[in-house]
Amino acid sequence: MAKANTASAKTAKAPREPLFHIVKRSSLPFYKSWLIRIIAIAIALVVCGILTFILTGENPISVYGTMIEGAFGTERKIWTLLQDIAMLLCVSLAVTPAFKMRFWNIGAEGQVLVGGLACAACMLWLGNVLPTAVLFIVMIIASMAAGAIWAVIPAIFKAQWNTNETLFTLMMNYVGIQIVSYFAMAWESPKGSGKIGIINQSSQAGWLPTIGGQKYLLNIIIVLAITIIMYIYLKYSKHGYEISVVGESENTARYIGINVKKVIIRTMLLSGAICGIAGFLLVSGTNHTISTSTADNRGFTAIMVSWLAKFNPLVMILTSFLLVFMDKGASEIATVYRIDQAFSDIITGILLFFIIGCEFFINYKIVFNTKHKKAEIAAGAADAASSAKEAE
Amino acid sequence: MSEAAIELRGITKTFGSVIANKDVNLTVRRGEILAILGENGSGKTTLMNMISGIYYPDEGQILIDGSEVVIRSPKDAYKYKIGMIHQHFKLVDVFTATQNIILGINGDKYNVKTASEEIKKISDKYGFIIEPEKKIYNMSVSEKQTVEIIKALYRGADILILDEPTAVLTPQETDKLFEVLRRMREDGKSIIIITHKLHEVLSISDRVSVLRKGEYIATVNTAETDETALTEMMVGKKVSLNIERKDPENTADRLIVKNISCKNAEGRTVLDNVSFTAKSGEILGVAGIAGSGQREILEAVAGLQHLESGEILYVNPKNDETVNLRDKTPTQIRDLGVRLSFVPEDRLGMGLVGNMDIIDNMMLRSYKKGHSAFLDRKQPKNLAENIIKSLEVVTPGATTPVRRLSGGNVQKVLVGREIASNPKVLMAAYPVRGLDINSSYIIYNLLSKQKENGVAVIFVGEDLDVLIELCDRIMVINSGRVSGIVDGRSADKNEIGLMMTKTQEKGREQ
Repeated sequence: MAKANTASAKTAKAPREPLFHIVKRSSLPFYKSWLIRIIAIAIALVVCGILTFILTGENPISVYGTMIEGAFGTERKIWTLLQDIAMLLCVSLAVTPAFKMRFWNIGAEGQVLVGGLACAACMLWLGNVLPTAVLFIVMIIASMAAGAIWAVIPAIFKAQWNTNETLFTLMMNYVGIQIVSYFAMAWESPKGSGKIGIINQSSQAGWLPTIGGQKYLLNIIIVLAITIIMYIYLKYSKHGYEISVVGESENTARYIGINVKKVIIRTMLLSGAICGIAGFLLVSGTNHTISTSTADNRGFTAIMVSWLAKFNPLVMILTSFLLVFMDKGASEIATVYRIDQAFSDIITGILLFFIIGCEFFINYKIVFNTKHKKAEIAAGAADAASSAKEAE
Repeated sequence: MSEAAIELRGITKTFGSVIANKDVNLTVRRGEILAILGENGSGKTTLMNMISGIYYPDEGQILIDGSEVVIRSPKDAYKYKIGMIHQHFKLVDVFTATQNIILGINGDKYNVKTASEEIKKISDKYGFIIEPEKKIYNMSVSEKQTVEIIKALYRGADILILDEPTAVLTPQETDKLFEVLRRMREDGKSIIIITHKLHEVLSISDRVSVLRKGEYIATVNTAETDETALTEMMVGKKVSLNIERKDPENTADRLIVKNISCKNAEGRTVLDNVSFTAKSGEILGVAGIAGSGQREILEAVAGLQHLESGEILYVNPKNDETVNLRDKTPTQIRDLGVRLSFVPEDRLGMGLVGNMDIIDNMMLRSYKKGHSAFLDRKQPKNLAENIIKSLEVVTPGATTPVRRLSGGNVQKVLVGREIASNPKVLMAAYPVRGLDINSSYIIYNLLSKQKENGVAVIFVGEDLDVLIELCDRIMVINSGRVSGIVDGRSADKNEIGLMMTKTQEKGREQ
């Protein structure tokens, strides 16, 4: 009996000890967490370089050059880059209050589209009727209202009957896309093309004016203003405080007398309205037309921008730059080296994997077990003792 | 066979920068009951979790019957005949006792038919009372605990670890449990019981091992020690465990609760015709088994619980006018000029926001003040600094997120905020749960001081000894009904224990 015991204990020894364990970090100094992020991006670039080298035979340094070239190559490219950053940032700002409230608004895509559709409708029907100033006011209000309505429907259902907002907002996207594609057919111009051509091509009614000779400058300024307002709203206003409390703990919100339903509905109205503004900027300030791809998946990319920035609007400028830059650079690589377009998706995927993955190392550390050696020495002693016993 | 059933050598475990256990040595013999004594946060549960395979030690060895073992999972633990009964039961509610007991076993023992026989055998042997076909959700806490113990025994456990087994039991149920444990000891089993209640340690254990701040202090024979000596070992210095209770002065009815009833979300009656009066200048204790309606009473007063019937009257001390608080929202109650403070049971999930710093948590109650759309953080900042200073809150600063603070400091922040608003009624639910002895007494004294200032204090507690020492009157509730209100100075613990359960059984028979 005693022998069997020691035998089974022996087999159960050292090899079964876990190799490492994961420990949550209590907190990491600001600079260290950014150091980890920068290292992650550096590693990601190296991996991308190696992969491109294998597939294209090009020198990795020149590959990176191509990426930068793709993003900053010409003045036009720089303005397009800034414009794309601004648009992504605008949608990200829109979803941020909802996410901060832990309301999973993944319906920004649809909210942007219906906002844009409302804007396009104003341009078509009222473009040559109303004086310019009035027209813009009507366009902005219509866009914001449309986005807000799209966002508030799931919010009301959530507040009243506690329905799942994730599914609801997602489904609202498809409804929005279908409505836009219906109107694309209804308003098609020229007939038979299946899409709405440039609206008011000749009169340019309802086109956001160019300032300083730059087509996108006004868009960028508007988004910057929204960024600062949103930062102040979330951090210093009573509404922003209520959003945080509801997001952190609904019970606490009830306990201190916050009307949770009201906050959910109010915040989603805001979130949808800003999506509407994004739709307005895309239609009136950028494309001067609308199609189902006007939002260009920004409604989903925005979720990443917002989370990577931990809901801080100012940091979101950086994260949206990062995502847009990667996208531009990767597609430039694909064009220059004549690789399939999917290759740029692979590159973007690798970069994102490292950027998101490094958050793990910011929150946790891996500790390798050192116990092993010490235990073995002690176990040796124990063995000797037990064999001595058996000998007796 | 060696005398030591289980031996720990130099066990160390850290969580991040927190050292939960440091170089702990411990021996449990065959056929003995060892009590592990220590304050909250002294690392008792962590240590036991390493024996039962939930955590893996950073350093040190575990020896069973003299040979070293590696325990990586609860399954490994059962292989070495170790069974742990956790403080929070791990049972499937919709399954029967038998189903729960055999759940997760491979091989011969996974057989409902033979299991019933075996369970019966075990019950008879040690004197358990159990209905094997009863569903868990129909069981009382003590019945659930019985299922957990049998579950461990069914898997052949020779070493049983019980984590705070008496925390949820009435005095009578505790006695029954101890009888069973003694029978197991006679049968040669080793029992480790984690507790922080001294009188229980003295009545049940053979030896006591004391932990303090994760470190092993000493092991003593129970027969050779007493409460004072143990407390000193546990806290590290002499402490007086007396609560100063002054006689109530100038009492007047402040809160009159008349025949309130309410149902929970599932439509079950949780409060049934509850009536009581809280008077200014006295502490009204509320005793009862956990989940007997304590939370609902407090939440009804605070405006968080919808009532089916009854009324809650607040007598304004300024003009003796009464207002009915029934079905008012917390905001409406505040606007009526009712000075009500509430320290809820769930500190970080209700009373405070864990991810916010102390300043922002101070604002929770007052942020709405004024017409500005923006927040004023100046006053909350002053309040935070005051509370940190006066209640000796250990924190790196006022801008530290509350969740980073220890349990006692979290509670000081919460109680401090609630008292700062100069309440006329102060309700506190389990305000010392999870706190070390010193912090507990700071809280008791804060409550006593409020009472002396003429506040009507309602104190929901679980430790009957404390309730009897602290409160002027004790209301005993039982399944949502008031089974009586007794005088704190003449109350008897066993009598209260009976009131907590008696009518429940009567109700069942009817």
